[in-house]
Amino acid sequence: MRPWHIRRLPAAMLAAAVAACSSASHGGLQTSPQPVGGGRSSSAAIAQARADSVRNPYTAADVYFMSGMISHHAQALLMAGWAPSHGASAAVQTLCARIVNGQKDEIATMQTWLADRRQPVPEARPTGMKMMMGGVEHTMLMPGMLTAGQLEQLDQARGTEFDRLFLTFMIQHHRGALSMVKDLFASNGAGQDEVVFKLASGINVDQETEIARMERMLIASLPASSTP
Amino acid sequence: MASVSHVRRSAPRPKVSPRRSLSLLLGLLAASGCAHSTATSAMSTVAPNPDPRVGLRAGKFDAAEATWNLRVLSETRPSEKFLGITNSDLSFTGHYAIQGSYDGFQVWVSTNPGQPTLKTAFVCPASQSDVSVYRNLLFVSGEGLGGRLDCGTEGVQDTVSKERLRGIRIFDISDIANPKNVGNVQTCRGSHTHSLLVDPRDPENVYVYVSGSAPVRSPNELADCSRAMPDQDPNSALFRIEVIKVPLAHPEQAAIVSSPRIFNDLVAPPRHGGGPADLAEIAAAKARGEFIINMMGQEMVLPKGPADHLLDSLVKARNGTGAPTAADSATLREALPGIIAKLIGDRQPGGSGPKPGPTQCHDITLYPAIGLAGGACEGYGLLLDIRDPTHPARIDAVSDSNFSYWHSATFNNDGTKILFSDEWGGGGQPKCRASDPREWGADAIFTIADDRMHFQSYYKLPAPQTPQENCVAHNGSLIPIPGRDVMVQAWYQGGISVFDWTDAAHPKEIAFFDRGPIDSTRMVGGGSWSAYWYNGVIVSSEIARGLDIFELAPSGFISQNEIDAAKSVVFDQFNTQGQPRFVWPASFSLARAYVDQLARSNGLAAGRISAVRGSLNSAEKTSGAARRDALTQLATQLDGDARGAADAAKVRLLAGAVRDLAAASS
Repeated sequence: MRPWHIRRLPAAMLAAAVAACSSASHGGLQTSPQPVGGGRSSSAAIAQARADSVRNPYTAADVYFMSGMISHHAQALLMAGWAPSHGASAAVQTLCARIVNGQKDEIATMQTWLADRRQPVPEARPTGMKMMMGGVEHTMLMPGMLTAGQLEQLDQARGTEFDRLFLTFMIQHHRGALSMVKDLFASNGAGQDEVVFKLASGINVDQETEIARMERMLIASLPASSTP
Repeated sequence: MASVSHVRRSAPRPKVSPRRSLSLLLGLLAASGCAHSTATSAMSTVAPNPDPRVGLRAGKFDAAEATWNLRVLSETRPSEKFLGITNSDLSFTGHYAIQGSYDGFQVWVSTNPGQPTLKTAFVCPASQSDVSVYRNLLFVSGEGLGGRLDCGTEGVQDTVSKERLRGIRIFDISDIANPKNVGNVQTCRGSHTHSLLVDPRDPENVYVYVSGSAPVRSPNELADCSRAMPDQDPNSALFRIEVIKVPLAHPEQAAIVSSPRIFNDLVAPPRHGGGPADLAEIAAAKARGEFIINMMGQEMVLPKGPADHLLDSLVKARNGTGAPTAADSATLREALPGIIAKLIGDRQPGGSGPKPGPTQCHDITLYPAIGLAGGACEGYGLLLDIRDPTHPARIDAVSDSNFSYWHSATFNNDGTKILFSDEWGGGGQPKCRASDPREWGADAIFTIADDRMHFQSYYKLPAPQTPQENCVAHNGSLIPIPGRDVMVQAWYQGGISVFDWTDAAHPKEIAFFDRGPIDSTRMVGGGSWSAYWYNGVIVSSEIARGLDIFELAPSGFISQNEIDAAKSVVFDQFNTQGQPRFVWPASFSLARAYVDQLARSNGLAAGRISAVRGSLNSAEKTSGAARRDALTQLATQLDGDARGAADAAKVRLLAGAVRDLAAASS
């Protein structure tokens, strides 16, 4: 199945598609609902979420961001999880351990947020978000996510080569997350919800900081081969 | 107040006589019922074991609590309009504690810390509503997208809107029950936090340093806001902070006067290249003769693969075969800086390469008394010279591979140390689980010498928390214990921790308070946002539960005299990030605090300690000239004691305190 980037969709079409997803109409853009893994939704939490949304209504763009970032993060977990078995250097292993720890927690936050608002909670799939388009199942890669081919390439690399590829791909991956944040804040009415704003702003600064760190690490590993 | 640590102490144990149980029970009653209790068990210097913070019952307003060397004076729920809204930072003026909230701010009257009362609940939504006061002015940060100029609660739906406020709101609080919005200063990235700079040489103005970490807004909403990289647009809102000048006579004329690019050319930065593990790794690699490269000021080991590759190229270049020789290694060593310079040169901004450092700060702590500021800025901790308020200049920068996100800074009172916190996970995640590394989401302590910061140690909340509790290093302040560096710090749902970092290499917890999670089944954001010492008490802004006030209880770590001396430092107003210098008025408590410290550390012979205590007691019973003469004589004796004392510096401090007391006695 050919992955496609939703970024290329005109914004209006995207908004319409995501709006359709919340009503789960057949043939529309539909994420596959999954039981929530990370967080349970108590009735009190749902009531609180409703109260919050009266004050600061969330939009389709918020739901799209929180849904899409789950698989985006899931792929980071997969990539970073390879570090110990793929001979990564101590510095890259430390970086990976922090990525695993940090993004796993954020996935739980996003799943809980969606569940509290009775939104479909996408499975944390590292290969993209499953959805129905015109009756056909598509796997959607969020911006910056690795293609199946790139994932395989990384999985086969070892040692220094793994370090170099990992850093290159994770920088690409993080830049994609930054563009998702940018798209979110460029949508009318989005980011008014406190959890969404805090999470998105946090992803923005954390990943910007981490990109700078990874770029420093990447330069150190570059002389062995040509610039990627 | 239920205190788990006490409850545990009184729990029945095998082979405890009924008499002992009874005395424990009485001790418990005394400790919980009497504010002046100094139960002997409290004089212990051994932390309770098992740690009573582990396994506390969950609950929003009925969670179990654990306290050690602190007393809870009051726990006050948010006022009705603010229930369920995130409480944020604190500022103090007179008897008022001003508590920021994502919905505005509340003003509490804390004349009686055992029962604070609500003075004002001012609804004016904006995250995070960081607050500062100066005289009759209150400054409030707005960053979120839903903040409105008119303080309305309906948010702002349009991406571009003239109704949005992101920046600094200024209120006149001459009538604190009716704050009056007298000005607003809009900024490109909004204000996540701000810090107030009172320039001792400029009585006409105050300055507000604004740190904004949210995305840059559209130039259609606020003119000239550019999110381009600085090499594409010199006016970029990235890579800078904003300095607002507030004319005190005309706060409505407050405006941005400079946008210092304190991150520029951050290419020679981290002299402290990382945590101890990083430094050890580099030292070991050097010892092994490996190739070390200098990357933007930071030493790194050239990995074996690239090194071998480069050496092989050199062998081929001289048409040789086989293993590289020592001469090849020498050639490579010489050529490496050039190779690296070329690589970095190829990857300057505009290309896909590294940006020149952080694009903003999270928070800046200004310490005008010493002319320095500590900037916690993305991946760096900065030391800034702020003697010219509108042109802060970077004088040092550190990074640390264990730090995720540099969040805030606190100087010790002498300005010889600085502590940075790492808000790993952004504050909404549980980063104090037993499985989370102790170096991550912690404080890093540095000494400052010759304008350079030198890493000493990490401090992290010692008690593991549950996955249901957001927890990481957050806001704290110094406690004015004379002669020591003691700090209280908020750790969100990890509670509050009081620790001593006088010995920068070995920080040690000496008191704590903690509650169980808000919810035992899921992570619900809450806990202490900030915990600050203000005029004798510790005030904590609890995100979900309201306002908590504590006092220090004497213990083996802190004596009643030290607490009394700390309470003698009184401010009219207090903003933690505009750090004031503590000055202790002359008092018998101050002198006795130093004596207690000398006794604790064996810094002066035991016989002299008791003699000095006796002299102080006698002097206190006299007055006027008699007291002055007795104290002067004691001070002279102490000058002599200092020469042979194990802690001569502390004895001299004591002599100075006694001499000041003598001068105050006439």
